[in-house]
Amino acid sequence: MMILSELAYWESTSLRVVGGLAAVLLMAGTLVYIHLFKLVSFMQSRLGPMETGPYGSLQLLAEVGKFLQKEDIFPRKADRFVFAAAPFVILMSTFLLVVVVPGGPDAWFIDSDLGIYLAMAVSSVSVIGILMAGWGSANKYSLMGGLRATGQLIAYELPLILAVVGVVIQAGTMNMQGIVLAQADGSIFGWSGIGNPFLLTQAVGFFVFMIAMQAELTQSPFDMPVAESELVTGYMTEYSGMRFLMFFIGEFATAGVFSAIAAVLFLGGWYVPGIDSASNAFNVIGPLVMLGKVVFLSFLVFWFRFTFPRFREDQLQKLAWKFLIPIALVNIVATGILKVAF
Amino acid sequence: MTAISDQQQLSYIAAQAADARVNVEIESEGMTLNLGPQHPATHGTLRIVAKLDGEQVIKADPVMGYMHRGYEKLTEVRTYPQVTTLINRIDWLGSFANEVPFILAAEKLMEVEAPPRAQWIRTILFEMSRIANVVLFLGDMAVQVGAVTPVFFAFRDREHILNQMEAVTGGRFHPNFDRIGGLKDDLPAGWIDETHQVMKKMRRFCDEMENLVMGNEIFQARSRGIGVIPADVGLSYGLSGANIRASGVDYDLRRDNPCGMVHDQTDWKVWTHPDGDSFARFWVRLQEVRESTSIVDQLLRTMPSGPIMAKVPRIIKVPAGEAYVETENPLGAMGYYIVSKGDLVPFRVKIRSASFSNVSITPWLLQGVYVPDIITILGSLYFILGDIDR
Amino acid sequence: MGLVPGIVKGLGVTGGTLLRTVFPGGVKKPIPAPIKGAQTVQYPHEKETPVARARGVIALHEENCTSCMLCARECPDWCIYIEGHKEKAPPRRAGGKPRQKNKLDRFDIDFALCMYCGICVEVCPFEALFWSPEYEFSEPHIADLLHDKSRLHEWMTTVPEFEPYEAGASVKLKKVPAL
Repeated sequence: MMILSELAYWESTSLRVVGGLAAVLLMAGTLVYIHLFKLVSFMQSRLGPMETGPYGSLQLLAEVGKFLQKEDIFPRKADRFVFAAAPFVILMSTFLLVVVVPGGPDAWFIDSDLGIYLAMAVSSVSVIGILMAGWGSANKYSLMGGLRATGQLIAYELPLILAVVGVVIQAGTMNMQGIVLAQADGSIFGWSGIGNPFLLTQAVGFFVFMIAMQAELTQSPFDMPVAESELVTGYMTEYSGMRFLMFFIGEFATAGVFSAIAAVLFLGGWYVPGIDSASNAFNVIGPLVMLGKVVFLSFLVFWFRFTFPRFREDQLQKLAWKFLIPIALVNIVATGILKVAF
Repeated sequence: MTAISDQQQLSYIAAQAADARVNVEIESEGMTLNLGPQHPATHGTLRIVAKLDGEQVIKADPVMGYMHRGYEKLTEVRTYPQVTTLINRIDWLGSFANEVPFILAAEKLMEVEAPPRAQWIRTILFEMSRIANVVLFLGDMAVQVGAVTPVFFAFRDREHILNQMEAVTGGRFHPNFDRIGGLKDDLPAGWIDETHQVMKKMRRFCDEMENLVMGNEIFQARSRGIGVIPADVGLSYGLSGANIRASGVDYDLRRDNPCGMVHDQTDWKVWTHPDGDSFARFWVRLQEVRESTSIVDQLLRTMPSGPIMAKVPRIIKVPAGEAYVETENPLGAMGYYIVSKGDLVPFRVKIRSASFSNVSITPWLLQGVYVPDIITILGSLYFILGDIDR
Repeated sequence: MGLVPGIVKGLGVTGGTLLRTVFPGGVKKPIPAPIKGAQTVQYPHEKETPVARARGVIALHEENCTSCMLCARECPDWCIYIEGHKEKAPPRRAGGKPRQKNKLDRFDIDFALCMYCGICVEVCPFEALFWSPEYEFSEPHIADLLHDKSRLHEWMTTVPEFEPYEAGASVKLKKVPAL
């Protein structure tokens, strides 16, 4: 976005806000429709929504309309401010996350040298929102859900970051744009036909990242905090109407944004082999390529979610501390050694 | 802020006082968690009052009766043919199986026996209602531990069984098909072949469940060693059915007390599991569905011809006396104790339903487990609310 | 743990179902057709035909009814209301005594109370009541579920013929009377 630098500050900022909103909401909508409404329904031998629009494609608008009409209920003993603010905190972390994801060589919101570092830092803000929701609801189920979520998200933050460290070492930069270019311009033992997607060299990192991401999104098999069948959706129990919708958007938008980050880190972001990475064409097809990769990665997320039962909290803590973190650390050491050796 | 009215303030104070009272009663910093009556894990309106220390259960009490429909009293003012339509609704997932012990007890009092063809069809429908019931358990147990998809598969394939039941009885959920001295009607043409096909589908469903749920390492981690019932404790609480067979007790009324049904004409096996945990209960039920499909297949092949109704008077008066018949229903041993004074209506009917005994073990079983395990254990004990409260 | 971890097998089951639903034609005809592959039916647009024995709604063949009240008495929740009076009918033979005939004034079934158990159809000794598999008779007002005798008679058009029995049955096949 070369033009941005020529605009006044307020103009560029409003453009960024509009772009960010569009990126998050459109992506969340696409994912919900493709995965939650259609592919998951097919997995269960049913069709999903079919009545609103062709193949139910307008169902999402109907759902949003329904949620907007509903009464915004506050429990009598709720901590009103905390209760009301919690969804905003969670949504805010999602919107801040998308800022660092590049969609093309010049299509970015901010080009920060701390890109991935910022993303990891911002993603942990949602923990506060979840804790606020759990506490503010004045409900035992919500409180338990909130506390479980906090323990889980903090535990899985670590493998997430450690998995990223491997990529950062290999790319030599924390700039998301730089990571994409490092993969696009890289080569596998001298052969540069498909660049060098870090999925190949950082397979362990990718594995750890995907598991930790599943846990960060509190999707099954790590959905103990929301567990419908016991905690009745945990920290979201007391929410209704608009605020529940915000949780809902937050959940799926975050799934999309995390998939986008994973796509950037491991699948080469907006780059597809065959076109020169400096080509201007990527400013147009780049976002579409990104969307394709996001849809693929989030399909994995939803496939796991609708296949597996959930871990108990102690089991998932064990998985994080005793399995994921050690192998992520080994991965970092190995990457470091290989980086120095080659 | 709006001003709070006096009444609101008073009710608030009362609520605070009630909370304080509860805290004094349990004398700890712990928390009382009400699971139910409206809770997704309780299949209806069972309520479990759990006193927690952190996430660990100190004490759990099941509270029943939210769905009490008074069937034992209602049967006293309904004639014998009318009773069958009421008791369909006790265990609503395997409803034909509810009729059988009642009819058998009445037949015992009247000293009639159903003709062989009726016994055959009765046994087939009995086993099919077992499949219809337990298949839903297989999906539902997975939902309780967090996997959403298996329950859709369960509903999808249970549909085939219900279609077959409907083709014979006319009712999907409430067949009302068993009569004193036989059955209401004979099978429609082509039903036997279709049922063979359906049994094949059910076996495929069992394989799917084995791959999707039982073989899953996460499911095993959640269910192995959770809610272990030793055989002697289970027996002392009166557990029956798959719950007690999963504790290694080789007890199955279909084999041990074959009255009025023809399970002894087929080659089948009673499955037991030595562990007694939630996984064992799932495993035993899965094997039983397979066994039931094979029983149905064998009986369909050996079906005798002949009448389906013994000679019984048009207006049924059961001679005075008492009779108790217990059969191995999908949820466990279910029995009816009928006291007749020679009237058109029973004088008193005591219904022994399996789920009532099966949930009575929960206070013992839930001590010291974690909250997520409550759900696993309740799911694996498998009760139907209608069967608890009657 | 077998050769393949259970986690992967589970993914295979859901993934396989996904493919089977989207491509019901299998490998030979890989055209996406989820509407055909799904087990569900889009209800108001397409309908499953219920089996002939399905207990949907009760139809009354008025000519056969003698208002003997057996059905009303045997009904477990007493949802059948019958009123009738006696009429003198002309004698069968010339010069004979005029016959007594029961005339049906009212025959209502309250389907809001009905448990669809079928006892009334079973006890009727004159074959005046029949099950129809028709199931679409819901009403916005609960009082409209009380079907009177003309409404019950209309259902007779939807009553299917009785199905033939499976081999080995010795039950006599009944016939639905012509309207």
